[in-house]
Amino acid sequence: MKQAVLTGEHFLTGDVACAEGALAAGCLFFGGYPITPATEIAERMSERLPEIGGTFIQMEDEIAAMASILGASWAGKKTMTATSGPGFSLMMENIGLGIVTETPCVVVNVQRAGPSTGLPTQGAQADMMQARWGSHGHYEIIALAPASPQEIFYQTIEAFNLSEKYRIPVLIMSDEIVGHMSERVSIPAEKDIVTVSRTAPKGRKDRFKPFQPGPNGVAPMPAAGQGYNVHITGLTHDEKGYPVMTVEAQEEMMARITGKIRRNLDDIIRTESYRLEDAEIAVISYGVSSRTSLAAVDEARNLGIKAGLLRLITVWPFPEEQIRQLARRVKKMITVEINLGQICLEVQRCAGGRIPVTLVGHAGGTIISPERVVAELKEAVSS
Amino acid sequence: MEFWRVPLDAHEIEVTKGIVYIIEDRCKGCGYCIEFCPRQVLEFSPGFNVKGYHPPAAVKPKECVNCHYCEIICPEFAIYSVEAPFSDQPAGVLP
Amino acid sequence: MIETASRIKQPEHPLDDLLRTDRIPHIWCPGCGIGTVFSSCLIAMKNSGLNLQKMAMVSGIGCSGRAAGYVAMDSFHTTHGRAIPFATGLKLGNPELNVVVFSGDGDLFAIGGNHFIHAARRNMDLTVICVNNLNYGMTGGQMAATTPHLAKTTTTPMGNPEAPFNLPLLAYAAGATYISRWTILHTRDLTRSIDTALKRKGFSFIEVLSPCPVNYGRRNKEKAFDSLKLYQDKGIIKNGANPSEIEMDFEKGITLGDFLDVDRPTCIEQYDKTCRLI
Repeated sequence: MKQAVLTGEHFLTGDVACAEGALAAGCLFFGGYPITPATEIAERMSERLPEIGGTFIQMEDEIAAMASILGASWAGKKTMTATSGPGFSLMMENIGLGIVTETPCVVVNVQRAGPSTGLPTQGAQADMMQARWGSHGHYEIIALAPASPQEIFYQTIEAFNLSEKYRIPVLIMSDEIVGHMSERVSIPAEKDIVTVSRTAPKGRKDRFKPFQPGPNGVAPMPAAGQGYNVHITGLTHDEKGYPVMTVEAQEEMMARITGKIRRNLDDIIRTESYRLEDAEIAVISYGVSSRTSLAAVDEARNLGIKAGLLRLITVWPFPEEQIRQLARRVKKMITVEINLGQICLEVQRCAGGRIPVTLVGHAGGTIISPERVVAELKEAVSS
Repeated sequence: MEFWRVPLDAHEIEVTKGIVYIIEDRCKGCGYCIEFCPRQVLEFSPGFNVKGYHPPAAVKPKECVNCHYCEIICPEFAIYSVEAPFSDQPAGVLP
Repeated sequence: MIETASRIKQPEHPLDDLLRTDRIPHIWCPGCGIGTVFSSCLIAMKNSGLNLQKMAMVSGIGCSGRAAGYVAMDSFHTTHGRAIPFATGLKLGNPELNVVVFSGDGDLFAIGGNHFIHAARRNMDLTVICVNNLNYGMTGGQMAATTPHLAKTTTTPMGNPEAPFNLPLLAYAAGATYISRWTILHTRDLTRSIDTALKRKGFSFIEVLSPCPVNYGRRNKEKAFDSLKLYQDKGIIKNGANPSEIEMDFEKGITLGDFLDVDRPTCIEQYDKTCRLI
């Protein structure tokens, strides 16, 4: 048996670092389907999982891949799948099943330019709203955005920890650029990696309710075969898991699955501030575009522009409070993302008309150059 | 049934007797148990159950041979038979 | 209240320990055969001698998909068509589990057809029980991939212009290693087949013809008893029949029986042998 954690210094692509992060987090099942630019994650997992006692399966499509990781999660395993836009669309219905059945799992979307087949080998960040609202019905979701191979390694571990803690599918919104760039990745010693596993039920098995929330709003979760005889359904259900077709049951269930996220925002949301202390213009960005933004902020400072960066590590749930507070301090906000305005809309909503919020974005296919952001910053101070 | 030949040792073989139990409120009145009972033990009862269906009633309870066919054809888990401890057991009905 | 003698003596229904009795009566219509197939499945499970705690049932969407909600074991009511890939994950996640997929013809063969053939190809260790009622019952009786040619449904009001699947042939071609077909009238044979399927390894497929008097029957002048009579009159038991010669023909005859039982390494066995080079 080989080691799950490859402690040491490596030169890895974002996709491979993501796979290694999953293994370090304790992932033992991967159900996948090939798609550019996420294929390398599946390839790495197909090689690594069997050697550490896990299982890799290439399913017949992304719908099946998503269904299989939910099934394996109920078998007690930490599970993951990885895909890109078209596959992400196919996974949506079962992501909804994962949300309503409170099933921990991790879904990686290595974003490429869409719509439809789009630019399969070229990056974008245009699935951000799909990540939030892609499955039907109202729900809360957790989505993280990595900016480098090193970060995706850690974020994948974090994604597993959050999904296990809150019994929810967690999305990693990577992109082709991060997925395919090779950089130095340090993998720490196994003992230095913090991993979280779902809470096991206690007490009488016959009285156990798989959806009765514990102190943090999340119910403990047994695995199939442990004698809890759970019933799990995508229908609206009560704490016992039984379908109940009433408005009251719907309200109660919705309060449960949204409340566990909304009441724990401080624990879930992570952002990073850079030179924001005295900033007059705040750049809001995430994922690969935050690297562009970082370079642009430094360049703007050299030009005497008081710019700063708020990097969103957690994109969903949206860091509303952080943006609101920032909107009281700065004169203008610029959102940088590879789409035609998605997170920008959220920033505008949170700024509440208090200050102008503009977008530096494009239709997808390549990284946004720092020059474009600097130009926008210059424009902002001159207007 | 009338075309069947009678085995030569039929008189020596003791036929198992059964007691039919009916859980009336589970019944939806499909009548499969009545139709397919090999001994015509059952008939629709004139009364209604809580759902408004006519459940079966054992009209010839002594005829039951405990073949369980009513039990396995019933889609509702509403009827079953158990082996009678002695031959003249009457049929039972769940209140 | 004074308990009457007969009430005290009344034993429980022999399957009550495997049922979520607090959810019975179930939602299936009067005369619907799903309950009989379900009952047959529970009898087979109970009499199999297998550890029921290590058994799980997975269903998709539709009338038959509700079965998972009535069995007192780990049970999963998933999305439409996706019972098989969910079950695949469950089984691979814990190979000790004995996983039964209980669903309908629409779920398994139209929306979920792709998953069926691939699970059969892999020889995934699953028992797939398909209740075939020839139409989509839950949504009110629409045409399915199994609806006979010219049969009337709400989406084929002039009669079905299409040809139906021959399910055992499909399973055979895809690589299933155990295949049978029964009707709800042949419940003893059905129970025996399910018992065999539960105890063997590999992908087992059992098709069960079952009446849908409320939707399919009503539009095709077929009352519940007519369906059962049809099964009795036209059902021909022919074990080992060639799956390519058993297209369902309600005029000439419906071939029933155990058609195939062959040994082939399962998905898990092959994975362990090929990928786990220790």
